[in-house]
Amino acid sequence: MAVTVAGAIEVRLPTVLRSQAGGKATVSVRGATVGDVLHELVAQFPGMHGQLLNEDGSLHRFVNVYVNDDDVRYLLALDTPVKEGDEVSLLPAVAGG
Amino acid sequence: MLRLPRVLYLQMVAHCITGLPDEACGLLAGDARTGVVARCYPTRNAAASARVYTVDSRDLLHADRDAERDGLQLIGVFHSHTHTDAYPSPTDVDQAPDPEWHYVVVSLRDTHPVVRSYRIAGGRIDEESVVVLGEAAVAIAV
Repeated sequence: MAVTVAGAIEVRLPTVLRSQAGGKATVSVRGATVGDVLHELVAQFPGMHGQLLNEDGSLHRFVNVYVNDDDVRYLLALDTPVKEGDEVSLLPAVAGG
Repeated sequence: MLRLPRVLYLQMVAHCITGLPDEACGLLAGDARTGVVARCYPTRNAAASARVYTVDSRDLLHADRDAERDGLQLIGVFHSHTHTDAYPSPTDVDQAPDPEWHYVVVSLRDTHPVVRSYRIAGGRIDEESVVVLGEAAVAIAV
């Protein structure tokens, strides 16, 4: 049976979230999926919760999450696997009318 | 105040015109402190619509990385209004991602494009001046 080891994942934060993380542009968290990474982030920085996740735990539509070069909405969303050395980037979705 | 070198101003307006009949959009990178734009990134409108826009998510990532690599940061977004004034729509206000950003609207309703810039924070809209930097600097006063 495969054992998943949660590696250290570098997360790039957009300027609008940095104040919640003490001004840091990147933080390192552990996780095996994007969902793990976001929940770990929220555990460390509870102020980010409303900007990252909906009440039901799904990904907030105003945030884009990338694993390396790929938008996780085109992968497996919060179930997208991540491994040590991957870079997860968060950016606010930019949209209007 | 938003300060745009003339070549970037023209690049922005040209991208809006070539996007017709859909709304076009793009990102501006520069120095957040001074509001001087150093880079214009035309992006795809993932919504492909004449009424709304969504900056293509991969174009957004690439612009953000490119800006950061050069010691810049994204400081604003521009988009066109094809048939209405250069004023933020309720959707623009609801979805404004960052209170520190400059929100540029390019209206293509009339023969000549109209470019205006705003700060949008907490649902409040404040127009700001746009200064075009170049040999003959043009100030569009508010």
